[in-house]
Amino acid sequence: MTIEDIQNEIIDEFSMFEDWEERYQYMIDLGKDLPLIDDQYKTDSNIIKGCQSKVWVHAEMNDDKIQFTADSDAIITKGIIAILIRVFSNQHPKDIIDADMDFIEKIGLKEHLSPTRANGLVSMIKQLKMYAIAYQTQLK
Amino acid sequence: MFNVETIRKDFPILSRKVNGKPLVYFDNAATSQTPQQVIDVIVDYYSNYNANIHRGVHTLSQEATDKYEQARQKIQAHFNAKFIHEIIFTSGTTHSINLVANGFSSILKKDDEIIVSALEHHSNIVPWQMLCERTGAILKVIPMNLEGELILSEYDKLLSKNTKLVFVNHVSNALGTINPIKTIIEKAHHVGAAVLIDGAQACPHIIPDVQALDADFYVASAHKMCGPTGVGMLYGKEEWLNKLPPYQGGGEMIAEVTFEKTTYADLPHKFEAGTPNICGGIAFGAAIDYMNAIGFETIAAYEHELLAYATEKLLEIDGLKIYGTSKQKASVISFNLEGIHPYDVGTILDKMGIAVRTGHHCTQPIMDYFKIPGTVRASFAFYNTKEEIDSLVTAVKKANMMLA
Repeated sequence: MTIEDIQNEIIDEFSMFEDWEERYQYMIDLGKDLPLIDDQYKTDSNIIKGCQSKVWVHAEMNDDKIQFTADSDAIITKGIIAILIRVFSNQHPKDIIDADMDFIEKIGLKEHLSPTRANGLVSMIKQLKMYAIAYQTQLK
Repeated sequence: MFNVETIRKDFPILSRKVNGKPLVYFDNAATSQTPQQVIDVIVDYYSNYNANIHRGVHTLSQEATDKYEQARQKIQAHFNAKFIHEIIFTSGTTHSINLVANGFSSILKKDDEIIVSALEHHSNIVPWQMLCERTGAILKVIPMNLEGELILSEYDKLLSKNTKLVFVNHVSNALGTINPIKTIIEKAHHVGAAVLIDGAQACPHIIPDVQALDADFYVASAHKMCGPTGVGMLYGKEEWLNKLPPYQGGGEMIAEVTFEKTTYADLPHKFEAGTPNICGGIAFGAAIDYMNAIGFETIAAYEHELLAYATEKLLEIDGLKIYGTSKQKASVISFNLEGIHPYDVGTILDKMGIAVRTGHHCTQPIMDYFKIPGTVRASFAFYNTKEEIDSLVTAVKKANMMLA
């Protein structure tokens, strides 16, 4: 599936929720189900700065596609990471770099996009795209 | 007679909604809300007599100068400073601390010792660390116990003839502990050290009498006590303020300027370079008037009632732990739910219209001591109600259920 397909699928899922509570409960559940990052990658150098909660991200490239794993000590943040990983993992670096992030607003998580929110969603997206840029350079 | 419903009418912001729910504002330790009486003073200033002060001969400048200096008098009276020139307007507590720390650069020598408490806000740690880097002075720390109280017997051991300065907050922003500052000051004076008290968190609840306390420096911010942001004060004993060099150079702080030599203005202007926050200073005075009209004893008694009620109700929640359990506490409750990150709790509470602070509260050493990433902090003001605390308790229970 392309990044856009996945985003549309997520928008569809979120459109079923009637209020913030259902939306957040879903994110919390996603957070709980997020496969854990391998402990060896939970290092200080993999921490994303700018978050009130800790966020670790690790990236690898196989067959020209990037796989992301991540973790956080806060469950809602983990839910947000789960959504981002679903969108970005197993994609070509170039598609990740070019990806539009409008879907976050469409699923009602716009408030988390504020750079002042201190939950680091913005930093997280930036970090994922930075990995993509780094791997893209390798491909060339 | 204190009537919270009447008081609440003074605060327009309290009637707004957040995420479709009535706002419950429990982040008062970060900043307090502003009553209409203070807002009116701000509007009046810009509508009627906005002008630069101290230099103009015209009427507006004179009016603005009078009001600004009247505000200084109000602050002097409120804190019971001996002289009006012992009150310096600053941009806030952080500015006040930096002003003093900078001044001590020319006083401290290598291996002099300065003492901080384990309960301090970063703003009362970092400027002193910078001072140590500049001077070679040594920073020592008064430890705390599990209740969040300073261990005074350890403080005694740190004091010596090498101690030059002690700086402690009056009330801890993260835990709410009211520190025994009178004793701390006495002990420091016994070895000839000066004391700076960070009163940012105390001033919304307590009137500090700087002469009775015998504080050498006392600092506070207007925005924690119903005033605007960007203005605060430094009280310093005259002899100390005379000893400290100016912090910033500029207009207003000079007596005479030539390219060969500049002489500085007398107190308080020596420390007030540039055009100050004139409107803010005047509004600070109005905020003090507002709070005094209600009465600090009344405020403290009511807030204590809220604190006791909230503590009791919150402790009924499964897995909730309160950090900071001193008997001497201001109306601040720092807590966590077992196994749940404070950020998650804060996010859910916000969805329910409740404003709390989450995180380390600029007190990472305290969080490290308790081995936690942060806490949820609810801090109450005299315009809060028990019904709002009930809403908080319901919301925390919901967060507990959703997140567990």
